Amino acid sequence: MEFFIDLMTNGLLVGLMYALVAIGFVLIYKATSIINFAQGDLVMFAGYGAAVLLGLPSLPLWLMVLILCIGMVALGFVLERGILRPMVGQPLVSVIMVTIGLSFVLQGLVAIVWGAGTRKLELPVRLAPYVVGPVFISPINVVAAVIALVFLIAFGLFFTRSRLGIAMRAVADDQQASMVVGIRVSRVFALSWAIAGLAAAAGGIIWGNMLGASSLLSLVGLKVFPVVILGGLDSIGGAIVGGLIMGAVESVAAGYLDPYVGGGTKDFIPYVLMILVLFIRPYGIWGHETIERV
Amino acid sequence: MINREAGVFQTSYRSDMALYTLPLAKITVWVTLGLLLILPLLLGNNEHTMSIVNTIALAAISAIGLNILNGYTGQISLGHGAFMAVGGYTAAILSSRYGMPFWFGILAGGSMAALVGTLFGIPSLRIKGLYLAIATLAAQLIIEWTINHVSWIGGGAQSSIYVDTPRFLGLAFNNELRRYYLILVFFLLAYFAAQNLVRSRVGRAFIAIRDRDVAAEIIGVNIFKYKLLAFAVSSFYAGVAGALWTYYLRIANYENFTLGVSIEYLTMIIIGGLGSVLGSVLGAIFIKLLPIVLDLSVIRIAKGVFGIPYESVANFLANFQLFIFGALIILFLIAEPEGLARLWENIKRYFRLWPYAY
Repeated sequence: MEFFIDLMTNGLLVGLMYALVAIGFVLIYKATSIINFAQGDLVMFAGYGAAVLLGLPSLPLWLMVLILCIGMVALGFVLERGILRPMVGQPLVSVIMVTIGLSFVLQGLVAIVWGAGTRKLELPVRLAPYVVGPVFISPINVVAAVIALVFLIAFGLFFTRSRLGIAMRAVADDQQASMVVGIRVSRVFALSWAIAGLAAAAGGIIWGNMLGASSLLSLVGLKVFPVVILGGLDSIGGAIVGGLIMGAVESVAAGYLDPYVGGGTKDFIPYVLMILVLFIRPYGIWGHETIERV
Repeated sequence: MINREAGVFQTSYRSDMALYTLPLAKITVWVTLGLLLILPLLLGNNEHTMSIVNTIALAAISAIGLNILNGYTGQISLGHGAFMAVGGYTAAILSSRYGMPFWFGILAGGSMAALVGTLFGIPSLRIKGLYLAIATLAAQLIIEWTINHVSWIGGGAQSSIYVDTPRFLGLAFNNELRRYYLILVFFLLAYFAAQNLVRSRVGRAFIAIRDRDVAAEIIGVNIFKYKLLAFAVSSFYAGVAGALWTYYLRIANYENFTLGVSIEYLTMIIIGGLGSVLGSVLGAIFIKLLPIVLDLSVIRIAKGVFGIPYESVANFLANFQLFIFGALIILFLIAEPEGLARLWENIKRYFRLWPYAY
C-alpha cells in the first residue's frame, strides 16, 4: 500500500508537468484547429535557451525567465505568421506535416547551434526529497506542480474574465461567426501561438531541469498526445485531468509491471490507454463532440 | 479529363477505359519500361549506384501504399513504418525459423501487415482527422514496443533477425544488380496495381470518402468496408515493402521502421503529391536522393572552400540534413502544396499547347 501511495503521488506530480506541456498544445488546437506536433520541440528549444541563459554569468534567475518568456512568445508569433498562416484552407495532413517539418527544423537548428550533448539546467531548488510519511517527493516536482496550477488558474481567469480570452473562445467555437461580430481572427491565432510559446517556456525550464536540456526533451511532446486525447483535444481542464490520470497510471503501471516485462512500461501503457479511450469515447473526457452535416 | 486530344477517337468502350488512352502516353510508358530494364547499363552497374536505385524503388512501393490510404482515402497514418515492420519481421521469422522461401515470406509479410493495419484502422470508423493521426501514432509506438520487448517477435537482443540470401529457382539474389530486377518486378506490380485500383469502383469510393465522408455514406458508399479496405491495401503494400527491405538487407531490424521512417514516407507523398501514384514515386526519388546530394555537396564545400576534413563535419551533417529536411517540407507545403506531381503536370500542360499557349 505504501508503495502504491508513493507511486501515485509521484505519478500525479509528473502528471501536472505533462499537463503544463499539454496546455500549450490544447490552446493552439482550441483556437486554430491545428495540432502542433512541434510542441515538444518548442519545449526543447526553451530548455536549451534556459540552459544557455543560465550559463551566462551575473544573470539573475528572474531576468533569465523573463528573457526566455519574451523570446518564446516572439517565436510563437513568428511561427504563426511565417508558416502557419499560409496553411489556412490546406488539407489536414499538410497542416500536420508543416508542424512536423517545424519540429525537424528546430531539432536540427538546436543541435547545429548548441551541439548535440546534454546541457545541465540547474535551478536553485533543493535536491533532497521531502519525506511525508511513506512518500518521497522531489522538490522540483512540487515547483512544477505549483507552476502548472498557476498557469491553470491564470488561463481559467483569462478565458472567462478577459475580453481577449472570450474572443479566443468565440473563435474556437466558430471562426466565421467571430469574424461577423468583429473579432480579428488572425490576431487571435497569433495570440494563441504566443501563449503556447509561453507554456513551452515554462515546460522547458521544468523538464530541462528534470532531464537536462537535450534532444530527449522533444519526446515529451509525444507523451502529451495520450494526455490530450484522454482529456479532450480542446479542453484545458481536460488537459490537466488527463495529465493527472496519465501520470498516475503510467507511474503505477511502471511500478508494478516493469519487473515482469523488463522495463519500458512507461512508454507503452499511455498509448494503450489512449487507443482504448479513442474506441470508447473518441472526443475525450471533456472534448467537444462535433456533429457533422453535409 | 474533360479535354480530349484532337484526332484521338475512341471507338469502343474497351479502348475508352484503357489505362493510357493517348498514343503518346502509351509510347512514354513503354519507353520508360525499357529504360527501367536497362537502367543498370545506363548507370554503369556499380554496386553503390544500384544500391541507391534499389532503396528508391523499395521506398516507392511503400510510398504508393501510403498514398492510397492518405492521398486517395484521406485517412492520415503515422504508423506506416510500423506496418512495414510487421511485414519485415513476419518474413524474417518465416524464413529464418521455418525455412520458408522468400516469395512466401513476402506474401505472408504483406498479408500479416494488412491484418494488423486493418486492426489499427478500426478506430477510423469513429474518429478521423487529427484524432486518427494520433491513433495511428499509437499503433506505431505499440508495435515498436512489442518488437523491442517480445523476444519471440523481435529476435531478442538488438531486436534483429538475420535471414539468408533470397533464392528463386536456384538463382541467388546476392548482388545489387540481381536484387534490382527482383525489386523492379514488385515495383512494377505495385505501381500498375495502384494505377488500376484508383480508377476502379473501389478507387472512386476511396476518393468519395476522402472528399466528404458523410456525403459518401449518403450516396451509398459503405464507409465501414472501404475505410478498412484502404487500411488493408495500404498496409499490404507496406508489409510487402518491409519484407522486401528485410530480404534486401538480409536482416530485420526495427531501426528501419521507426516513427521517423513513418514521417519520412508522409513527407515523400506530400512532396511528391497527395493522390497521385506517380507522385509517390517522384517523392520517393526526391527524399532518398536529397541526403545523398546534400552529403556530397556539404563535404565538397567543407573540403574545397574551408579545408575542413570529413570527420569534423560528420556531426554537423546529420543535423544539417534534419534541418534541410524540415525546411523543405515547410517550403513545399507553402509554395507547391500539390507536390512534384503537380509540377510535372504543369510542365506537360505547357508543352501540350506549345508553342501556341493561348
